[in-house]
Amino acid sequence: MTKRLMAFVLACAPALALGSTGPTLEHSQINVNDVASMQRGASVFMNYCAGCHSLGFQRYSRMARDLGLTEEEVAQNLMFTDAKFGEPIKAAMSAEEGTKWFGKAPPDLSLVARNKLGGPDWTYTFLKSFYADDSRPSGWNNTVLAGASMPHVLWELQGVQRPVLNAEGQVERLELASPGSLSPEDYDKTVRDLTNFLNYVGEPSASQRRSVGVGVLAFLAVFTFLAWLLKKEYWKDVH
Amino acid sequence: MAGQYPNGDVPQKGLMGWIESRLPIAGFLKPHTSEYYAPKNFNVWYYFGSLALLVLVNQIVTGIWLTMNYKPSAAEAFASVEYIMRDVEWGWLIRYMHSTGASMFFIVVYLHMFRGLIYGSYQKPRELVWLLGMFIFLALMAEAFFGYVLPWGQMSYWGAQVIINLFGAVPVIGPELTEWIRGDYLISDATLNRFFALHVIALPLVILLLVVLHLGALHEVGSNNPEGIDIKKVKNDKGIPLDGIPFHPYYTVKDIFGVGFFLILCAFILFFEPTVGGLFLEHDNFNEANPLVTPEHIKPVWYFTPFYAMLRAIPDKLLGVATMGGAVIILFFLPWLDRSPVRSIRYRGLLTKVLIAVFVVSFVVLGWLGMQSGSTLQSWVARALTFYYFAFFITMPIWTRIDATKPVPQRVPEHD
Repeated sequence: MTKRLMAFVLACAPALALGSTGPTLEHSQINVNDVASMQRGASVFMNYCAGCHSLGFQRYSRMARDLGLTEEEVAQNLMFTDAKFGEPIKAAMSAEEGTKWFGKAPPDLSLVARNKLGGPDWTYTFLKSFYADDSRPSGWNNTVLAGASMPHVLWELQGVQRPVLNAEGQVERLELASPGSLSPEDYDKTVRDLTNFLNYVGEPSASQRRSVGVGVLAFLAVFTFLAWLLKKEYWKDVH
Repeated sequence: MAGQYPNGDVPQKGLMGWIESRLPIAGFLKPHTSEYYAPKNFNVWYYFGSLALLVLVNQIVTGIWLTMNYKPSAAEAFASVEYIMRDVEWGWLIRYMHSTGASMFFIVVYLHMFRGLIYGSYQKPRELVWLLGMFIFLALMAEAFFGYVLPWGQMSYWGAQVIINLFGAVPVIGPELTEWIRGDYLISDATLNRFFALHVIALPLVILLLVVLHLGALHEVGSNNPEGIDIKKVKNDKGIPLDGIPFHPYYTVKDIFGVGFFLILCAFILFFEPTVGGLFLEHDNFNEANPLVTPEHIKPVWYFTPFYAMLRAIPDKLLGVATMGGAVIILFFLPWLDRSPVRSIRYRGLLTKVLIAVFVVSFVVLGWLGMQSGSTLQSWVARALTFYYFAFFITMPIWTRIDATKPVPQRVPEHD
């Protein structure tokens, strides 16, 4: 009886777990301690993304401090607007223009690494999943975000992907129809750097958080051990 | 004046004596600390009371600091939370202490309540201790709900939408009632502003008062223990229970150790995985509230999901709301539903142990179901578990009476 019940429960488990899961995401493999990768990612962002997307909660100065850059380096290589060093990273394009040109203003990306199911994996996979689609106004579509208004800004780097359809006419996988200026491996690396940068922007205090955490845990371990000794000492006379 | 406090010496000389003869601080505190005799056999389950108090203090202190930079307006709330996370010195730490604390509060309180269930701590003469505790739980749920709205993310907004609309199920006055709660035709700046007031002033005051009463009632009747033995039955010639030890210093030092252990757990979460994979801080709440975009899955934070699963399992709205409310209300009656002659699970039969074990499993599974999108099979499982939840309590007078019991000894064996 118990066995049968167990078998029934086990048989039900997959059906129970079946919910809407969304597209399968690739593991981004970002290294949150790799500052050089974040610097490269910042450069990709400023060159390809910042025209349309703001990082409204992120200040240039904070980015410089956390990524080990000087004000001069940022001004020369990463600032393409007339913003001041202490100001947040605002897109060159206004929201009204964005709505006019793309049908929907490009979202602020300050928290893109935190506000999607899958976190940075979502960003990473999204940037790898553009394909040519003539039915879309921009000529591009995306398997992670179907019907995205965003065109494939990095197409010169990645090349053009075309969909391979299954029997039901759905996109099964994407295949590189014409190569871009980067090899697939180098494109992955570039997207990973960009994802790493956006992941940093999502929570700039994360590295401070982790390093403080080590100290706090070390303190608490000693504190708890001493508290345990104290408790033992006091409780000697309780029988 | 010493005669006024026959059980102990209070300061009589100097400044402290001068104060004591005018305001008996020591005379008031002693019966609650060094002259409060607690059973010597408390086990690990008895840490959660003091831990709940610790988390409450944490929530109040971090909450005060959060209000220094938080802006309770629909236009500014979301950005002000990000401002705290980024631009306020150590703001991220204060915010994470508060958000982690909220979830830890419920973990600690659920375990504290479960302790009461397995050791029969609500039985006579501790009915009022349990009732006051239940009122704290109710106030805590309201406090958590209001607090969750404040970051003004998508889940804040739509979660509030779902919860407030539940009041629309009330016959006749439903629609007017929801409007009255919101202070507007939809959830808006007015709603956020009043929820802020309730979250930072009204409910903390209510909770603090209830905690004082909860402790006052407990200290009048004395603590239960894992054996469910009444230690006041065997006293020495000074009227002190033989199996009791002064709360201070014995349990204060023991609780300090518990605090250390608990804080290690909290620190692991806070510093290395503060969102707990979307469980403590949901990803959709990092999107600013947008009344025009409904999220794909609206779900409450984990601590409400068992009750949310019950709500969703019932196809009728009013019945669903009644079921969800009933699931909390029925807990108030626990002291009168349990008819067992013994308190602790240690002296009860197999039937009780099995039914409680199934109850725990079903509550946890309900919590999990409340986070899922809700397929047909999931709804049926939720219905079955909801049925069990209510059957467990409604039939409790029967199974507690027919279950076998073992004789309870007079004295507490060795302490754990």
